[in-house]
Amino acid sequence: MNGNELVKLIDTTLCTACRGCQVACKQWNEMPGLRTRNFGSYQNPPDLQWNTWTLIRFQEYEDKDGNFQWIFRKDGCMHCTDASCVKVCPSGALYYTDIKTVGIHHDKCIGCKECIAACPFDIPRYNKETEKVTKCDLCYSRIQENLPPACVKSCPTGALSIGPKDEMIKKAYAKVEKLGGDANVYGDKFVGGTHVIYVLQFKPEVYDELPVDPKVSKSIFVWKDVLKPLSLIAAGGVIGGSLLHYFTHGPHKPHPEHYSSNEKKQGGA
Amino acid sequence: MTNHYCDLKNADVILIMGSNAAEHHPIAFKWIMRAKDKGATIIHVDPRYTRTSARCDFHVPLRSGTDIAFLGGMINYILQNNKYFKDYVVNYTNAPFIVNSGFNFKDGLFSGYDAQKRKYNKDTWTFDKDANGVPKRDMTLSDPRCVFQLLKKHYSRYTLDKVSSITGVSKENLLKVYKAYSATGRPDKSGTECYALGWTQHTTGVQNIRSMAIIQLLLGNMGIAGGGINALRGEPNVQGSTDHCILYGNLPGYLKMPVASLDTLEHYLKKCTPVSNDPQSANYYTNYPKFFVSFLKSMWGDKATKDNEFGYQWMPKLDDGKAYSTMHMFDAMYEGKVKGYFCVGADTAVSTPNSNKVRKAMEKLDWLVGENIFDNETHSFWKGPGVDPAKIKTECFLLPASATMEKEGSQSNSGRWVQWKYKAAEAPGDAIPVGEIELKIMAEVKKLYQKEGGPNASAITNLKWDYFDSKGHMDVLKISQQINGHFTKDTVIEDKAKGTSTLFKKGQCVPTFGNLKDDGSTACGNWIMAGSFDEKGFNKMAKRGKDDPTGLGLFPNWSFAWPVNRRIIYNRASCDVHGKPYNPKRKLLEWVGNKWVGDVPDGPWPPMANKEKGKYPFIMKADGVGSIFGPAMAEGPFPEHYEPVESPLTKNPMSGQLNNPAIYIFKSDLDKVASASEKYPYVCTTYSCTEHWCSGALTRWQAWLLEAMPELYVEIGHKLAEEKGIKNGSRVKVSSIRGEVECVAMVTRRFKPFTVEAKTVHQVGLPFNYGWLFPADGSGGDSTNLLTPSVGDANVFCPEYKAFMVNVEKA
Amino acid sequence: MKITRRGFLTLSGAVGGGIALSSLGLNLKPTKAYADELGKMNRVKAAKQTITTCCYCSVGCGLICSTDKATGKIINIEGDADHPINEGSLCAKGAGFFDLTEANKHRLTKVLYRKPYGTEWEEKDWDFAISRIARLIKDTRDKGFVTKNAKGELVNRCETIGHYGSSNVDNEECWIMSVKCRALGLVYIDHQARV
Repeated sequence: MNGNELVKLIDTTLCTACRGCQVACKQWNEMPGLRTRNFGSYQNPPDLQWNTWTLIRFQEYEDKDGNFQWIFRKDGCMHCTDASCVKVCPSGALYYTDIKTVGIHHDKCIGCKECIAACPFDIPRYNKETEKVTKCDLCYSRIQENLPPACVKSCPTGALSIGPKDEMIKKAYAKVEKLGGDANVYGDKFVGGTHVIYVLQFKPEVYDELPVDPKVSKSIFVWKDVLKPLSLIAAGGVIGGSLLHYFTHGPHKPHPEHYSSNEKKQGGA
Repeated sequence: MTNHYCDLKNADVILIMGSNAAEHHPIAFKWIMRAKDKGATIIHVDPRYTRTSARCDFHVPLRSGTDIAFLGGMINYILQNNKYFKDYVVNYTNAPFIVNSGFNFKDGLFSGYDAQKRKYNKDTWTFDKDANGVPKRDMTLSDPRCVFQLLKKHYSRYTLDKVSSITGVSKENLLKVYKAYSATGRPDKSGTECYALGWTQHTTGVQNIRSMAIIQLLLGNMGIAGGGINALRGEPNVQGSTDHCILYGNLPGYLKMPVASLDTLEHYLKKCTPVSNDPQSANYYTNYPKFFVSFLKSMWGDKATKDNEFGYQWMPKLDDGKAYSTMHMFDAMYEGKVKGYFCVGADTAVSTPNSNKVRKAMEKLDWLVGENIFDNETHSFWKGPGVDPAKIKTECFLLPASATMEKEGSQSNSGRWVQWKYKAAEAPGDAIPVGEIELKIMAEVKKLYQKEGGPNASAITNLKWDYFDSKGHMDVLKISQQINGHFTKDTVIEDKAKGTSTLFKKGQCVPTFGNLKDDGSTACGNWIMAGSFDEKGFNKMAKRGKDDPTGLGLFPNWSFAWPVNRRIIYNRASCDVHGKPYNPKRKLLEWVGNKWVGDVPDGPWPPMANKEKGKYPFIMKADGVGSIFGPAMAEGPFPEHYEPVESPLTKNPMSGQLNNPAIYIFKSDLDKVASASEKYPYVCTTYSCTEHWCSGALTRWQAWLLEAMPELYVEIGHKLAEEKGIKNGSRVKVSSIRGEVECVAMVTRRFKPFTVEAKTVHQVGLPFNYGWLFPADGSGGDSTNLLTPSVGDANVFCPEYKAFMVNVEKA
Repeated sequence: MKITRRGFLTLSGAVGGGIALSSLGLNLKPTKAYADELGKMNRVKAAKQTITTCCYCSVGCGLICSTDKATGKIINIEGDADHPINEGSLCAKGAGFFDLTEANKHRLTKVLYRKPYGTEWEEKDWDFAISRIARLIKDTRDKGFVTKNAKGELVNRCETIGHYGSSNVDNEECWIMSVKCRALGLVYIDHQARV
């Protein structure tokens, strides 16, 4: 392995929502399946959750002319170049890997949840039992063995692919050109460029839970560049975390518990 | 499948109808997407917009149970607009054949109908023959009694207006599909069809598929790369289990089950071996006696001799004309006639239609043996909803089985690839493979009969049953070689064409079914599997070669495909009568010099232009050509639209015959039907989802899958939901005259109301993946089959799960 | 960096030409164990790799099972990248194949017996089950056996026992069942192909 910059491309126009990726992720990462209820949708769990790092979102969309499309979007960590979560993480649990993705050392996580507040894409999730935050690490251990992430490998239709950044961005733009209309590439133009990019058929505002203009909050710059070094020296990560909380306004409310976590953890646990 | 999964990429147009490929065969859909990427048009015709529809070029909704009307309209369009592939139709189908002048069709019925018996006398469904006994042909296709003209007449009734009114599909949409698909009726284009249970699970199931077979023959799409009719089958080894015929009417290799009137082997063989007087018809089934005698030898080994008709009299015989399908079995069980029941790797209390009847029937059993990897609603029926265990006499066994990765053996996919797999781990606890359970039970039964005797005991005491290894476990290789077949004595085989003479020793594997004999010198468990081993015992099913010499994705060195490693069947029809490929860009086969080059051909003979030695391409048909006129069908040689047994209509818009006239009607007090009833006004269909499999008996126990699809739901169009005041995610009750289920309402724009005979018809649908046993808190709901009727197809008794009538109310 | 679907999870080099009469799962060359830092990857690399076929729909996708050599337990299952149909990919059910293994606590591991009018399953051993079932088969068969039908034709059949299944077991097991049913004279023989 080496330090090349990799990008995962999600071509939503090829996705069949088979959810091979959603389950393959749990299988490889040994995350349990938990109890859910059907809430009137194929989507389940209803949202990303501590045991669900990648989720297919189902959305019925009818445009103003009555054209109908069932939209499938794989949601998960975008692996920002300018990653708010890494900036705010007081313990060093979240870090940039040599392939420029955002890795996570679970043992270092102190459960301060500041990354959850900071993330412009609303990705990290907190596990009450372990008191740690979880998210996708793009299967860093697999990439080190030249294996694709579990989600990419499982994908039947080529909706998911991974490769050198330039190549993937080129591929994405070529596809968008072929599609025409409102098709667009999402991800390469903000937060320093993400390492997960989308080919979207419709404008970003059409999609559920997809920010149109994701940004790193200004206060995070203040924290990152001025105060974090001081606080770490002064009082260690935990106090640092609460100090950070004072500066940042979390864009997200606490996530509801969609299901109980005390159900049996068969399969992968 | 006539073709295979990778071949889907070779198609120019793919019609997905009767299938939800993206959800139920997601990896097959990958090959469909590959065709699309190369410019193919992908069409989905289905009552409901699904994950398949989302990725197709267009989705056309049609009312459940009206596929024949839809396809009949396409046949009419092809004929009226001369879209058919004339060279192919004339040479390779029975379109030019002259039909018996007594044959006719009137008001929904073909000639020979007996209303009392609900059966046809097929005496007039025949072809006129010349003095040599060869069917008469009119190669100009203009004789009013030729198949082509009769076809044209029959389907001229299927006008756009009529079809639109029956199916609820707009005329614009009908034309869109007809135009796109019939564009493949040219040598350089291929069109394929993917179907699944959406076509089979109707009282007209077989004729749904026949309709498409007619279209494919008219367009010249059979036997070519990117063509064919492709059943995307639903179980991992349903191809293999069908090939081995765990079915009442057939023996392994689709040999026919003996019936009572065929009292001797000689009579049986005479009846089952087709005759053709046409010198150009290979009529491959003239070899039938070799396959059948070799099968008897595989069952009873040395005990099967010429003197005892190779054990023919030990074989059970069915009553002539009587069926013994699943629905018949549960009907007999409900009457208290079936006392013991083996349910292996299945959950029939959830998966069989009219589950209330099935569950009541099981209460009458003396004993029940289950073999499975998880418990399910069948094994534990005695503690099901409303059942008091203290009142159930049934003695029940639930035997723990190995999962697939815990045992070695082969499985056959829909593309007929027989793939070998290996054992990755020991099964947990006391679990052993199903095959080993069966071997042990039967060995014990054999001992009892040896000791105590009994009726027809010879069938059991003489049974060859030595498939154990030295440690008493199932010897998989020994069984698979018995299936392949072997020589029972030293045999010299001469190949006159090659001028060779080869000695095969006793016990050596037969390298091909061409070597089988009807004199007892070969034994073969299943003739179509002959050649899965070579004569040295090399297991071709385990091959993993990735070479692709044709570039068409045939992968001839990956596993073994029956028959004789042929990847696309009827492949000689991909070439013209001189053996030149119709489409040189997708060259599947070509006659070069004095041999075929490409895929393994359907027989070595020269193409049919060689009048002396040449043969017609459809070698398994007695006449050597594809059947546009199909007299083997129970309800007629041409498919005709009939309404489902439960329908929103009181009258069939096509004829005075409302339902399929040849279906069997079960008459128990629980076989209730409510057609065109105000109480049950909505058309209902049933299906699965990607995340569960069949009854859910394996997948509900898996937390990752249950998490994704946790419980029973009914999909309801938003217009109907508004009418009924049903909110998305709320609880509703869905009921038919047979039963009811409570579930979550999924209000969606993916179901739209149909306009049928000028009236609005709503359709709803439920998955059939749930049952009361698990999730243990009952939150999954119960079986959708509590609603479905026990009526089935007239030929094969596949139940009508796909079209019946229900009501939906707020719970 | 070159990411390939196959990576080290491959068997094609070893068996390109087919396997004659091999009855074993195939080992990959044992790879060097890494530090525990890589967790699961470390375990998978050191495991025995065996090919199997998916047990759901009929596409016949290839999978690779990784079995821990010390415990004999399967620790990971993913797609076989060399397989010409699925090329390593899997749907939700295939991707969750691991949950069919012993790791799933719902798996049946004991012979279960429920006596007439009983309210619970009881655990039994194989000897009990095999001999009791064989006895039930014989008694039921002999009592209801039909040697001749109403017309007096020899039919040698048993209409009092039904057999259903199965299209989710291997070919060899299917053949055994098909033959068993005929030897016993059963006629109510069916399986999932009907539905």
